[in-house]
Amino acid sequence: MTTMVEVKQLTKRFKSITAVNDISFKVERGEVLGFLGPNGAGKSTTMKMITGFLSPDKGSVFIQGKDCDQHPITAKRTIGYLPEGAPLYGDMTPRLFLEFVGKIRGIPNTEIDQRLADVIDKVNLESVLDQSIDTLSKGFKRRVGLAQAILHDPDVLILDEPTDGLDPNQKHEVRNLISDMAQQKAIILSTHILEEVDAVCTRAIIIADGKVVADGKPGELQAQSPWHNAVVLSIRAASENGISGTLAALDNVEEVQPLSNQAGVIQFLVRPKDGTSIIENVSASAHQHGWLVEEMHVEQGRLDEVFREVTNFQRS
Amino acid sequence: MANVWTICKRELFSYFATPIAYVFIIIFLSLSGIFTFYLGNFFERGQADLITFFGFHPWLYLFLIPALTMRLWAEERKSGTIELLLTLPITMLQAVLGKFLATWIFTSIALALTFPMWITVNFLGNPDNGVIFASYLGSLLMSGAFIAIGSCISALTKNQVIAFVVSAAICLVFILSGFPMVLDFFTGWAPEFIVEVISSFSFLTHFEGLSKGVVDMRDIIFFVSLIAFWLFANAVLIEIKKAD
Ligand SMILES: Nc1ncnc2c1ncn2[C@@H]1O[C@H](COP(=O)(O)OP(=O)(O)OP(=O)(O)O)[C@@H](O)[C@H]1O
Ligand SMILES: [Mg+2]
Repeated sequence: MTTMVEVKQLTKRFKSITAVNDISFKVERGEVLGFLGPNGAGKSTTMKMITGFLSPDKGSVFIQGKDCDQHPITAKRTIGYLPEGAPLYGDMTPRLFLEFVGKIRGIPNTEIDQRLADVIDKVNLESVLDQSIDTLSKGFKRRVGLAQAILHDPDVLILDEPTDGLDPNQKHEVRNLISDMAQQKAIILSTHILEEVDAVCTRAIIIADGKVVADGKPGELQAQSPWHNAVVLSIRAASENGISGTLAALDNVEEVQPLSNQAGVIQFLVRPKDGTSIIENVSASAHQHGWLVEEMHVEQGRLDEVFREVTNFQRS
Repeated sequence: MANVWTICKRELFSYFATPIAYVFIIIFLSLSGIFTFYLGNFFERGQADLITFFGFHPWLYLFLIPALTMRLWAEERKSGTIELLLTLPITMLQAVLGKFLATWIFTSIALALTFPMWITVNFLGNPDNGVIFASYLGSLLMSGAFIAIGSCISALTKNQVIAFVVSAAICLVFILSGFPMVLDFFTGWAPEFIVEVISSFSFLTHFEGLSKGVVDMRDIIFFVSLIAFWLFANAVLIEIKKAD
């Protein structure tokens, strides 16, 4: 694997606000890195520095090992960028706009038609090609922005909220598109949709108040959830009858919460200490006491829990 | 250079995509006609020349050019497309030059469309076409200076109205600094060289020479270096202001 993007101790201040505070990470070819974080966390500002729009107050960005400060044009050639809100020249049509970008990107005249046809097909722009961009719906504008970013088949792709404003079908298509391209590229995308991280990202970074507060594979992040490996157990029983006491006394059990009690079925949540696996203990115990188990499953932990946890911690 | 031309074409396209191009050309042509024939007493003077016609150009440019340049950068900053433009593999200088050239080419199209004036005087008499050619050259150079000022000011704000008003005010200063009215104000008390410096910055002084058919290199260098200075300032200012 080759390191495509390396960010070293990036810091950016706007007057009194420190929007990005000492952020470092690397992205390899084949990785899809998801940027998560509350509004105003500094995701877009970080992306603007990687793409060379803003210059950092401190720190540096390397694209394929080259310092962007010294080789800005080379870096910009390597990168495809969808800025936040997908700004576009509204007085142009998608076709003219993409031709303009293609020219500036140095795509030869002999290839431009083929490239255009390719991306137009990938983001389904066919129907609005000759309509002025000002009159397009939000989702179509976003798609023109995406087309522009992938037009030159860049090695590094930076997408600021690529699926914002797309309908569910298009969201799905764009995610597939990203997954399809993932092998050959290094992709960084920001999103507020946590399922998206599961669906397309190989790694996620959570940013809060300009700092990285979590960094790992989506699965690893989920494992930080207090719910990770918790067991949800439904037992048919007339009354609670000491069941939760028995469960709480098991090895590695942190806490037992009754969740519901309906029509003679009581549901418990059994939370483990430090995310250890307790399912075997729980089922052995159920067997031993002869409980009528209606349903039992292991929680994976949810990303939104982790998200809330790490970003709230940061505020206090 | 290819990049400059690509950006230039996009900007030109955008002038013609909106009514601004047609409005500008129509107003420019009709005002220059009205000024020449009515205010300038074209026929009564009984002279086969275009001196009055060109004499009005600085004043036309004063408010028409800021109307063309106000959107150049202010609009990009307002709509956020500046982020798109400046993350493409181009240099700041190419972006600034491309936009400047687009407006300059557009102005020269408008200027070229005043050719009926030239036909008229040639039909009515025997004008010195060399003088007329020099005047056209002078007018074009002067418009370039106005455009460079307007483009630079447009980089300072997201608000096109502010860009317009401030550019027009600065252009006015450059026109008036050669006016006797302004110079008389200084001649009484200021040292000679100060008066010289002030009047040497006047667009009118430099344009007048050219419009009399005297092609003085110094006048040409004056306008060209003024353009270079304002475009350089333009590039520096965007670099500073683009993030806001
Ligand atoms: N040009 C600017 N001038 C002043 N402050 C700015 C500027 N751009 C961003 N900021 C501030 O920097 C902080 C980070 O903003 P940024 O846009 O990076 O957040 P974000 O993580 O992308 O948020 P969102 O999820 O809402 O898109 C915010 O507090 C914002 O107000
Ligand atoms: Mg953002």
